[in-house]
Amino acid sequence: MGNALHLENVTMQFGGVVSVNNLTLDVPEHQIIALIGPNGAGKTTAFNCITGVYQPTNGLIEFMGRPIVRNHPVGKALRNYKGECADKFASDPVLNPTPDQITGMGIARTFQNIRLWKSMTVFENVLVAKHQHAHQNVFSATFRKNLAEEKRMREETMELLSEQGLDAYKDELAVSLPYGLQRRLEIARALATNPKLLLLDEPAAGMNPQETIELADFVRQTREKYDLTVFLIEHHMDLVMNVSDYIYVIDFGSEIARGIPEEVQNNRHVIEAYLGVADEEAI
Amino acid sequence: MLENLSAFIPNLPQVFQPTSPLFTVLKKAAVYSLVAVSMNLLNGFTGLFSLGQAGFMLLGAYTYAILMVPASQKEQVYYLFGGCAFDFSLPDAFAAIFGEGGAGGAVGMILSCLIALILAGCVAGFFAYLIGIPVLRLKSDYLAIATLGFAEILRAIFQWQKLGPVTNGANMIKGFTTFSSFNITNASGATLLRLSTFVPFLVSSVCILLIVLLINSSYGRAFKSIRDDEIAAEAMGINLFKHKMMSFVISSFFAGVGGALFAMYVANAQAKAFTSVMTYEILLIVVIGGIGSVSGSVLATFLYVACSEWWLRFLDSEQYIGAFKVPLLRNGFRMVIFSIVIMVIVLFFSQGIMGDKEINLGALIGKIRAKRERKQ
Repeated sequence: MGNALHLENVTMQFGGVVSVNNLTLDVPEHQIIALIGPNGAGKTTAFNCITGVYQPTNGLIEFMGRPIVRNHPVGKALRNYKGECADKFASDPVLNPTPDQITGMGIARTFQNIRLWKSMTVFENVLVAKHQHAHQNVFSATFRKNLAEEKRMREETMELLSEQGLDAYKDELAVSLPYGLQRRLEIARALATNPKLLLLDEPAAGMNPQETIELADFVRQTREKYDLTVFLIEHHMDLVMNVSDYIYVIDFGSEIARGIPEEVQNNRHVIEAYLGVADEEAI
Repeated sequence: MLENLSAFIPNLPQVFQPTSPLFTVLKKAAVYSLVAVSMNLLNGFTGLFSLGQAGFMLLGAYTYAILMVPASQKEQVYYLFGGCAFDFSLPDAFAAIFGEGGAGGAVGMILSCLIALILAGCVAGFFAYLIGIPVLRLKSDYLAIATLGFAEILRAIFQWQKLGPVTNGANMIKGFTTFSSFNITNASGATLLRLSTFVPFLVSSVCILLIVLLINSSYGRAFKSIRDDEIAAEAMGINLFKHKMMSFVISSFFAGVGGALFAMYVANAQAKAFTSVMTYEILLIVVIGGIGSVSGSVLATFLYVACSEWWLRFLDSEQYIGAFKVPLLRNGFRMVIFSIVIMVIVLFFSQGIMGDKEINLGALIGKIRAKRERKQ
């Protein structure tokens, strides 16, 4: 099987700060891959580059073997450029799609700090995510030309909600749900865009150990049921070691280790990054 | 329609006489409610804080006025500029097809008026599209300032003497079809059926219904998601620019129609009427009614217009209770009370009258029925 996602020499530089430095990684289809690292390592920035929120300073991102994002530094950005491989993509055209175009290609995401639509119900939150695939324009929608499509969208939403165990809450405001269910709703909303690749940004943040174990099962089941590839950022080591097939570790924007969970767990660089460098005198 | 009652029931209270302020209020409120709802679509449902409403109303009003002045009136209206540079007139074109008087004349008048109203909206929508390309990339306060500036520039341009042969400079354009043109008269000129209050209600209701249908469609939900969280909306596949532009153009279209109705209401079109004060007035109505509530906007419009034009009028003149002269009452005192009322509303109903809820007639009737059953 091929790669769902492929990052090549991705560098994101803000002024003089290199948040993501020369990141190269593969996310094979139908696997669960984790990206871990200490606070401020650049994990979310990497996600934002993939989803089009930021345009990377340099690098190539391929989705299902097709380049979707490509950029290289020019002019002032090139003079200030601190990363590597500045000329690797210089001859290729720049690709810079907006987040909604990327979502349309089949990449959906959740957010670290939950971003549900506050004034809408659980049902509407999921229903809106179906809007982009609706075959209607503003006139046909206003004059209710295709009620069949609206009905289909509502049925699919209902189906998705009951699969995620949220159907009992469908008419409640999204923000009134307990925290764990809000996370689950955000995943349901992402699934409503019919993704092939699901990006989860710290899905276990703020969860207790019991909820974390449930989440691991939930992620695995979701992958099976919707035939997805999952790429997740996480802090929670229990979850990462439990759920992922392969792990990339970054610190200060650069990759410091990669491997299956057992390898990463015992990697000296990873332990140093998380616990600090052992002082020689102390030993 | 109501105005006609007086013809059948001569001893009707004064409120229902044709000259009563009730009808002025109803007409003006019908016009303003459309503009308020159109502003709510943009500010309340899409979260774009725009203050260009008066500018788009001006475009609508002038489009309507210029198209609807009959050739016979042009010489007189544009006398300062030696006639109008714009030869076409919709009523004349329809008079040529349907004839002047009788049923043909009525059909011609209704059709020409309808087409002019739609064109007024289209012109406003087109300008909204042009100005939207640079301006919609701005956020919150910056967007408000840019649209406010745009409206002020438009007002200045329309008063420019060089454009006089089309816009009549700073003078008013009049002589076009107004609400009172819809009153049905007999041969001697006596009014048989007054429709002058009915027409603005009809047009506004149809337009507000269209806006409500849009808000409850898939696009309306997308607008709301942009208001609640732009980043999430974009990540869920909603094209921000396209949807913001759509909301901006549609809102301006209806503001343009509202502007044309306003010109019909005051029976003239003059740029100096469409100041930023007008925009603030409408913004105030939207805030009082509740940002994100169509029925709130409509309700607030009627209350606001009734207060400012009718119910508080008595405060402007000296009043006597028996021999006692009520203190403080004099010209301008109305505005003092009015400001206090508005402050009280904003302080104690910070969400507006309706918040973001709608008046739901079905639910209301159900509630009353349930209460009655409980009593039995």
